[in-house]
Amino acid sequence: MSTVTHSSPGESTTVAPASAAKPRPVSEFLSTYVFSKDHKVIGLQFLFSTLVWFLIGGLLALAVRWQVAWPWSDVPVLGKLFAQEGGQMSPEFYTMLFTMHATVMIFLVIIPILAGAFGNFLIPLMIGADDMAFPTLNMLSYWFMWPAFIAFGASFFVEGGAASSGWTSYPPLTTNPAASPGSGMGQTLWLIGLTFVGVSSMLGSVNYMTTIILMRAPGMTMFRLPMTIWAMFITALLQAFALPVLTAAGFMQLFDRSIGTGFFSPEGSMINNELTGAGGGQPLLWQHLFWFYSHPAVYIMILPAMGMVSDIMTCFARKPLFGYRPMVYSIAGIAGLGFIVWGHHMFISGMNPALGMTFMVSTMMIALPSAVKTFNWLGTLWGGRIQFTTAMLFSVSFVSMFIIGGLSGIFMAATPVDIFIHDTYFIVAHFHYVLFAGTAMGVWGAIYFWFPKMFGRTMNEFWGKVHFFLTFIFLNGTFFTMHILGAVGFPRRLADAYHYETFHHLQPMNAFMTYCAIGMVACQAIFAANFFWSMFYGPKAGRNPWNSNGLEWTAPSPPGHGNFDVQPIVYRGPYEYSVPGCEKDHLMQTDPPVEGMVVAAH
Amino acid sequence: MRNRLAGIFWSILFLAVPVLGVGVFAIAPSIDVWLPKDVSSHGKEIDSLFYFILALTGIVFIVTEMLLFWFIWKYDAAARGDEKATYIHGSHTLEVIWTIIPAVTMLFLAIYQMNAWADMKMRRPVMKPTVEVVARQFEWRLRYPGPDGDLGTPDDLFLVNDLHVPVDEDILIQLKSMDVLHSFFLPNLRMKQDAVPGMKIPVWFKATETGQYDLVCAELCGWGHYKMKGRITIESREDYDAWLEAKYREQEATQPEPMDEIL
Repeated sequence: MSTVTHSSPGESTTVAPASAAKPRPVSEFLSTYVFSKDHKVIGLQFLFSTLVWFLIGGLLALAVRWQVAWPWSDVPVLGKLFAQEGGQMSPEFYTMLFTMHATVMIFLVIIPILAGAFGNFLIPLMIGADDMAFPTLNMLSYWFMWPAFIAFGASFFVEGGAASSGWTSYPPLTTNPAASPGSGMGQTLWLIGLTFVGVSSMLGSVNYMTTIILMRAPGMTMFRLPMTIWAMFITALLQAFALPVLTAAGFMQLFDRSIGTGFFSPEGSMINNELTGAGGGQPLLWQHLFWFYSHPAVYIMILPAMGMVSDIMTCFARKPLFGYRPMVYSIAGIAGLGFIVWGHHMFISGMNPALGMTFMVSTMMIALPSAVKTFNWLGTLWGGRIQFTTAMLFSVSFVSMFIIGGLSGIFMAATPVDIFIHDTYFIVAHFHYVLFAGTAMGVWGAIYFWFPKMFGRTMNEFWGKVHFFLTFIFLNGTFFTMHILGAVGFPRRLADAYHYETFHHLQPMNAFMTYCAIGMVACQAIFAANFFWSMFYGPKAGRNPWNSNGLEWTAPSPPGHGNFDVQPIVYRGPYEYSVPGCEKDHLMQTDPPVEGMVVAAH
Repeated sequence: MRNRLAGIFWSILFLAVPVLGVGVFAIAPSIDVWLPKDVSSHGKEIDSLFYFILALTGIVFIVTEMLLFWFIWKYDAAARGDEKATYIHGSHTLEVIWTIIPAVTMLFLAIYQMNAWADMKMRRPVMKPTVEVVARQFEWRLRYPGPDGDLGTPDDLFLVNDLHVPVDEDILIQLKSMDVLHSFFLPNLRMKQDAVPGMKIPVWFKATETGQYDLVCAELCGWGHYKMKGRITIESREDYDAWLEAKYREQEATQPEPMDEIL
């Protein structure tokens, strides 16, 4: 472990009083804040980077919504920056927008903010370790994101623009530059970016697994781990087993594009009346390989949020988690089943329909652990003493919204119904309810909850609640209506669908959704202001501002290098709230046992 | 008491989710933002499955969201005085109940649909293809068998985007793609199938009413994806034959080059 004495902004008293006084050389600044091996600094680096990309992804979404609501009308602000013909958006520009919106949100926001930011920040703190098992690897996992940031960012400015074949990148559209303007340099950069995100995730996942298995504090058995850690652990396993497939597939596509192989192009296929490359391949192969990663990735994008929400919810319901073990088993169940459901993205792809039947059964079955989790969250609220903090509101809304996102999935899992609603706005509604109304709301909850531990100050609760209220209203206005658009069969990814007789009357509803989307992005200014203001001027938080039980709350806020001033010893699970006979309404994992007190043994 | 008001406010916000959620679905059909008119023989089955799942998920949605509302309303700390939260770690009985009931329901749902799926995608009618549809950027190329009833012979009839089929008869389409992925989507016939280069995929349906409807490309196929638009005309056998006849005469009069064998 490095000998750097002092790492977190604002913290100078507990760990290294000596170094605070004298001015430090540039090299020390670099090793402390830039090339830091401290998991907390790396976590915050991930957090800041992903929040910036979150803003970019949100603006891309607004541009997409603009075109859907008012096709071919001049785009305000963004139009001046990008669009070629006056302020009007070209159709290829539109395809690029939704491709990059999804790419940015999935690969540069959701996955790195969950595993990279919160995984890094929370894992050592919550298991009572002084840092990750491999700090250098950890630092690299952040710095390998930068080639990806640069590749995705630069791709907007190359000839033909960024990738524009959807985030699923289906060949042959992607393998032949003649098929789409974005399939030139933009697509190559997209594949390179994807590879680097994969390397970063893989470095992180190896580290998380090792750390969680080997570095738990004395007494911290696996079944005393907080749900956040269980979720991070299983997410890391998913990453480790699924990612190699995507990386391999990415290279195969790169070879198809650059050195003339034909993994994904069939013989004799033509683009623009010209024969394409070698041939002898199969477009469906890419879909199988892609979804073999990307379906488990869907769970990579929600499980950590589920874990964090469980921790926040127990804290503010002042109640033990309902069904701890079923919650753990259902996460494991989701992860296991997650590997055998990828074909439900391909029911009408031309894959053998008999295979569709088996995937329908496995997909229906994966609803089961999700249902168990939802019932257990409701069980946790039941009989609690609920405190309506901002973090709690976001967590409750996570459950409320996850119910919608989970139930709408059943429609698509039903193969005959999927024939009609596949690739319509119904699926767009479904995954936004899971990923935005679910994961993003969970992430906001987690930011409000762990902010005091990150920066030693609490965020403003009033403005936090305003932020929650507006986001909640606008997100439902934007995404709920997508369900009924999907029921009409309104297809996704169309730059203009109103020339179809079936869809021409849907423009006013789309305009309404766009107004809500603009509101949703605009009210994030409240969050940004609150975040940065509180970082410097928020009220100082003590070690445990929420009276929570986890080990992270025994460390100083923010914790210095090495995290704990006293080695934590764990006596019980993390959810011992409102223990009968105990004076406080919470019993921390490190509180020594008191005679005569009955605490569930796990 | 001020705190209690906050609890009431937030509870009602969460109560709005099931109320407005059900409300949106209730008014959607009356504002015509709902399943488009179905003119196929198998579409009724898809629609009734859709309604069945809607009812099932609707009940679960209402019950769980109402419980959520009720719990945060009732167990607000401000409403509980000095009372502590219930110290309970779970219930084995409840876990078993809420595992088994959804498991049985979901398994039933999966098995219940298998027959419909097999009818729509696996039990293809034994017949010669009515028409071959070849998708390409950004049009639907149609190839009718011509007088001899066989595809791939010199008397084939070639058209673009203008699909005609007879009503009340089994239609078998041979779906191909020349270049990239496309998806053959007939909203009013509840039929969708991706067209994949290198594959010949059969699509079948039976139309039950005459009329003209949209043919939409539903799989991103490039910049012009949005305008890859066709029309399907469903007409009586006599009208269909007359139309075929007229189109065939038109084609033979102009003596076009034979289509490339690559198709």
